[in-house]
Amino acid sequence: MKFIPNFLFGFILFFGIYFFVRNIKKLKRNIRLGVETKTEGSIKQRWLNVLLIALGQKKMFNKPISAFIHFIVYIGFIVINIEVLEIIIDGIFGTHRFFSPLGRIYGVLIGTFEILALLVFISVIIFWLRRNMLRIKRFMSNEMVGWPKKDANLILYFEIVLMGLFIIMNATDVEFQEMNSGNLVSSYVAPLFDGLPKNIIERVAWWLHIIGILIFLNYLFYSKHLHIILAFPNTYYGSLRPKGYLENPANVTNEVKLMINPNAHLDERGDLSTKFGANDVFDLNRIQLLNAYTCTECGRCTSECPANITGKRLSPRKIMMDTRDRMEDIGKNIDINGGVFKPDGKQLLGDYITSEEIWACTSCNACVQSCPLSINPMSIILEMRRYLVMEESSAPSELNNMMSNIENNGAPWPYNQMDRLNWNNK
Amino acid sequence: MADLKSKGEIPEVLFWVGCAGSFDDRAKKITRSFVKLLRSAKVSFAVLGAEESCSGDPAKRAGNDFLFQMQALSNIETMNSYEFKKIVTACPHCFNTIKNEYPSLGGKYMVMHHTQFLKTLLDEGRLTIDGGQFRGKKITFHDPCYLGRANGIYEAPRDLIKKLDAELVEMKSCKQNGLCCGAGGAQMFKESEPGNKEINIERTEQALQVEPDIIAASCPFCNTMMADGIKSKGKTEVEVSDIAEIIAREKKL
Repeated sequence: MKFIPNFLFGFILFFGIYFFVRNIKKLKRNIRLGVETKTEGSIKQRWLNVLLIALGQKKMFNKPISAFIHFIVYIGFIVINIEVLEIIIDGIFGTHRFFSPLGRIYGVLIGTFEILALLVFISVIIFWLRRNMLRIKRFMSNEMVGWPKKDANLILYFEIVLMGLFIIMNATDVEFQEMNSGNLVSSYVAPLFDGLPKNIIERVAWWLHIIGILIFLNYLFYSKHLHIILAFPNTYYGSLRPKGYLENPANVTNEVKLMINPNAHLDERGDLSTKFGANDVFDLNRIQLLNAYTCTECGRCTSECPANITGKRLSPRKIMMDTRDRMEDIGKNIDINGGVFKPDGKQLLGDYITSEEIWACTSCNACVQSCPLSINPMSIILEMRRYLVMEESSAPSELNNMMSNIENNGAPWPYNQMDRLNWNNK
Repeated sequence: MADLKSKGEIPEVLFWVGCAGSFDDRAKKITRSFVKLLRSAKVSFAVLGAEESCSGDPAKRAGNDFLFQMQALSNIETMNSYEFKKIVTACPHCFNTIKNEYPSLGGKYMVMHHTQFLKTLLDEGRLTIDGGQFRGKKITFHDPCYLGRANGIYEAPRDLIKKLDAELVEMKSCKQNGLCCGAGGAQMFKESEPGNKEINIERTEQALQVEPDIIAASCPFCNTMMADGIKSKGKTEVEVSDIAEIIAREKKL
């Protein structure tokens, strides 16, 4: 009987981690629906980006207030998780506060955790007020109605509850309060529980705390909160080229070479049987799909997008959200159909993203610049334009005129190429 | 260019005029101003003339990589048959595409935007700007997306404006956060999608907020968009000019 809590704990921990690993595997499988792509450029620079952009949150600080509050939550999240180590040891071995013999150091550690927990608690409340009370435009867009808004709030509630349980668990721990070392916040909360069965409340808070953490861990896969993990690979794989660079698709190059010379030597990367551009996630590359899973729907891209600012339907954030939705729908389809995708008559382009959105982009890179996590919505938009033009020939008619002008007389306007020097005869 | 080749001369600069600079009446003035500056700095330069063809940028941004690569390959073939030290262009779109997208198709050149090149001439003492004519004037600089965000060039055009002794005022959105004029991504050649405002009006309003005498541009398309914006706002007292034009005027060329 004595070991029942240990077994129970081991059981919960095992399943918490088991489901998490299963979700990560699904995530990896879904990203691999995309086309493999080579990473180029300096590995050192890539790690530097991980360090500065993901770990250091450099780009968040373009908006200093939310960056500061976000930083507190982030530091709190990382540091307080050290406590989870003790919880796991206690849970498995039936010990109580395994590290408490460290004495003063233990007090300093727990004291730090408590202060951070309080700061995170306050920050999360500010975040909730910002999101729900202040009418900040980027939180009010059409694509944020329904689940995305609920998701954002759920994350905040999770954090409030977890921080609350952590403080309650310390406050009702009579031995810990008697140590009077590190109870910087909980000592003020402890009197609230006077006269109540503290030892029972402490146990309940302790169990709920660890169960909450495991639920949160598994909630990630269904949430925009995945960025806490994917920020790292995503900033690693972010492009190192100038933002103006747009790659030349190898299959197009091969076609063009064949047009010029039927015996041309072809680039083996450019399989001629592949589609030009993308109309579904299968045609996007894996980095673009990783981008979609990493997006935390903050909307900095959309609030900088000139098309969106002037009332067009294009929202770079929606492009990323739609890409993820499509990827997840395909993932579910594969799960249901025993590991193979059964065509569902849908496509990313058309059923999720409209061509009206695609044609509103000015390719100005404002969305790419503003993303704190190196996501590139523009690359997906341009990939879809390629599909619309090279596979479907369905560009807006003015653009078709422009292109036939380039084809016929080497300029987007109908002027004669022989007149190119006319600027000289004033 | 062909003339110089027949004489066996190698120019320092191949001036890539671009379609706007060749055909658009407003942009032709920019071309002429820049050429005056090149002549006054005694830069040996040549143009491709009728051998030049669209860089392919609007086709590529519209999704037509076929047409882009056809254009690029034929331009590369033309340029590879000549010798020159660098390409300079007054169009950030041509600049970006020749600099970043031609190399993998066999066109590897040293490419500079005209504001960068003018800055170099200034640093080398080949071009002088005394300042004076624009003293006390307020100039705001509109960052072209394909020069700024796309290629990280923010300071060269600003350094040139500062040399004029004018007051350089920054708009609410500038440099990395600069707002597009609305022409990029082939939008120049089509009507915009339904919305509640044109992008060039939004940007013009940002510019007018700082009450400039001159809006300095360094892209022929931005120039058109901003000038149209100024017209529709009825603020024709505000001038929209390319930095090359402003400097040429300062030098009374």
